[in-house]
Amino acid sequence: MTYFPEEVVEHIVDFLGSHRDRNAVSTVCKAWYQVERLSRRNVFVGNCYAIRPERVMARFPWMKSLGVKGKPHFADFNLVPYDWGGFAQPWIEAAARGCPGLEELRLKRMVVTDDDLELLARSFPSFKSLVLVSCEGFSTDGLAAIATYCRGLRELDLQENEVEDHGRQWLSCFPDSCTSLVSLNFACLKGEINTNALERLVARCPDLRSLKLNRAISVESLNRILARAPHLVDLGTGSMMVNHHTEAYHRLINAFLGCKSLRSLSGFWDASSCCLQAVYPVCVNLTALNLSYAPAIQGDDLIKLICLCFKLQKLWVLDCIGDKGLAAVASTCKDLQELRVFPSDIYGAGTTAVTEEGLVAISSGCSKLNSLLYFCYQMTNTALVTVAKNCPHFTRFRLCILDPGKPDPVTDQPLDEGFGAIVRSCKNLRRLSLSGLLTDKVFLYIGMHAEHLEMLSIAFAGDSDKGMVYVLNGCKNLRKLEIRDCPFGDDALLKDVTKYETMRSLWMSSCDVTLGGCRALAAKMPSLNVEIINESDEADEFQENLSDLHKVEKLYVYRTVARGRTDAPDFVWIL
Amino acid sequence: MEEEFRGGRPQLFDFITNGRDWSDKGGYGAAEEKNLELRLGLPGGEDWSAVQEKREHPAESAVSPGHIAKIPKSTNMSASSGAKRGCSDAVDSKPEGTLADKTTFQQQHLQQQQLGFLQLQAKGKESLHRTSGSAGLQSLEGKVCGPHAAHASSTKNTTATHSTSQSRAAAAPVVGWPPIRSFRKNLAGTAKASAESPNRRSEAEKKLENDRKGLFVKINMDGIPIGRKVDLKAYDSYEKLSLAVDELFRGLLMAAQMDLLAATTHSTIETHLISGLLDRSGEYTLVYEDDEGDKMLVGDVPWDMFVSTAKRLRVLKSSDLCASPLTGRNQEEDKRLLNWE
Repeated sequence: MTYFPEEVVEHIVDFLGSHRDRNAVSTVCKAWYQVERLSRRNVFVGNCYAIRPERVMARFPWMKSLGVKGKPHFADFNLVPYDWGGFAQPWIEAAARGCPGLEELRLKRMVVTDDDLELLARSFPSFKSLVLVSCEGFSTDGLAAIATYCRGLRELDLQENEVEDHGRQWLSCFPDSCTSLVSLNFACLKGEINTNALERLVARCPDLRSLKLNRAISVESLNRILARAPHLVDLGTGSMMVNHHTEAYHRLINAFLGCKSLRSLSGFWDASSCCLQAVYPVCVNLTALNLSYAPAIQGDDLIKLICLCFKLQKLWVLDCIGDKGLAAVASTCKDLQELRVFPSDIYGAGTTAVTEEGLVAISSGCSKLNSLLYFCYQMTNTALVTVAKNCPHFTRFRLCILDPGKPDPVTDQPLDEGFGAIVRSCKNLRRLSLSGLLTDKVFLYIGMHAEHLEMLSIAFAGDSDKGMVYVLNGCKNLRKLEIRDCPFGDDALLKDVTKYETMRSLWMSSCDVTLGGCRALAAKMPSLNVEIINESDEADEFQENLSDLHKVEKLYVYRTVARGRTDAPDFVWIL
Repeated sequence: MEEEFRGGRPQLFDFITNGRDWSDKGGYGAAEEKNLELRLGLPGGEDWSAVQEKREHPAESAVSPGHIAKIPKSTNMSASSGAKRGCSDAVDSKPEGTLADKTTFQQQHLQQQQLGFLQLQAKGKESLHRTSGSAGLQSLEGKVCGPHAAHASSTKNTTATHSTSQSRAAAAPVVGWPPIRSFRKNLAGTAKASAESPNRRSEAEKKLENDRKGLFVKINMDGIPIGRKVDLKAYDSYEKLSLAVDELFRGLLMAAQMDLLAATTHSTIETHLISGLLDRSGEYTLVYEDDEGDKMLVGDVPWDMFVSTAKRLRVLKSSDLCASPLTGRNQEEDKRLLNWE
């Protein structure tokens, strides 16, 4: 073989950004593996238990950016017990030892403690960006450590975390010398913060472009902040509780008038319709709007606001927008790409909600729509077929009909045909969530047509093992499959065990798999961790006495090169 | 706003995927492809009516061995899947794969749910078992019909259940359904609370936060090597907790006593309740460790405060309580008293 200098390979590999390309390069030969691993800057670990942190650090010593995900997705809906795992500690410790040049860390659904945050803050002198999504286990003390020790911090982005409130002083811990902040998001914090410290911080960070406040921040404070940071691009307001006739309200109007760069708005807690007028001046430039925390904004006021946002690409709303509101969105927001409609009142007597009509309206007006999350009380096959025809570009389609197993109310049929139309039409579909009454047929359609499907969420659907088998057989690119309350059992689970090696994970809860089936899977596939999560007290004590026929409450299977887990709690059995 | 995960999706290692060639797998050979061919009935030679019959008479009944979980949360989940099959059971066989006649289906639904509702009332608590598929159906129906009752105006639903469901009370919600994050679930509620005062708002949210977790704490008993776990959220008073502790340990205590009997020559076993846990009148007393690490007697503070601060429980022999580390008791006893392991 002719000599091919490594420097050239390195140069070429530098152009490769995507993980997939780099992974491919690294398998060519040993030399290329070496070149690639030493030049890799961004590392993503989709399942923190798939590999030991030390191995990652050893392989990629010059890593600058690390992303790790912990708990399975259904943890968001309380299906995973509180102390199941997903600890950030081993990752931060290993990175501190092996990759001190780390600059960015992104963790999702992991347990992060204050000690972890302190270690993080002290161990990486060039640290620039911390993003925590849906994490828990830390308090404002940990944030204080980050603020104190991370010189040159550019980004602190806390999205939907559970953070214990230990006081308001953490924000004051940003030293006067900290002028580098570009993005600060503490919207998920529940406690008060030191608003003086915040205003001073904002004033001394000229590059600040994204600021998301929490509910404790009043309109008065927001006014002062906006006065000091008029070049914000992305703003999450705090509490928007303000009276129409006050000075604060007028100042708010002026403040927004001054925000010429604002493109994304969120927050709006406690917002009432009257305060919406203050944001009218910025609507015309908005590309993203999140009103999903504002149940008090309803009906016509919402529509008046939306009708000004004709550049909108991303919209998150509550279902009190109603079908009429969605029709307004459809006629105004022609560039809309992502829509999320959340339920506003799932227990009580709601007055308005959205139906299939709203979705059909959206689909006919917004042909660029590629990402949907839609909660509604009913859906028809006809509507879904129409939506599929109008919007063939869906990459993410998540429909949640709030009544489990509900059929098409007009024809009383299952929704197989509707979802079938979606998967046939949307050739680039990567993520799909199903709901309503569904038989094995819908899985047949998915297996046949959803070639690029990577993530599938199923609940209260299917008739038999065949359903699951269609999906496992057909979806070549499937990475994550999560199932709850479906009649899939051991036959489906064991039909093609090597399939799970090609996937990141499989979750099955309240299905028909038995302990025997799981044991068989574990025995056949040592490259998988087969986790049984069993919360009932009796099972705790009599583990050995459980027969193979015992139905498994929750099963989590994932491929791994790190056999077993050392941190599993006693209710998690790894077979 | 929540963003899509930056930095790409692919896995750290792709060796496995690269080595796997789909066409080699038996799972997608020509025979299978034929099976996946779209026809009226299900592939594999079965037609839909055969499947209907299967559905009607499932090989495995709704009663499944070995999985009767006491904890309401998990039984709700398992009950609802039992209920799903219960739904199928009620369906009459028909060709073409359509569901049964609407009214029959819903009438059967209705009967089952009414039965289930009564059953629930009798039980008083939400302890649904997988065996009572109809009770499970009721919980499912609760979710199905509840919103119907509420959203009379919004749906064009003309089903028979609609009017009858309006008279039903709300039933137990299904765990983890609808699939939204906890902080979204009570948005309307917390909005109202905050309008009144910021303090109350944070309390309401805190309460919701705690509700979500279900508070399982360890509980150990003197003389019993194996501990248990108890969900403090499942009780609303000290009395109920005390009863639960008695239930949890009575059997184990008996077993431990029987072991003791085998070693000694005592001839009788006393099967007494473990009582007087709270008032120090019994042989055992209930104590707990709070969030500051201190050991406290159970019963002094209001129940809610207890639940939010208790981290661990212990059932001590009442005789051990009198000991103070400063008196002349021996070191072993002190260690045992202070040692929670």
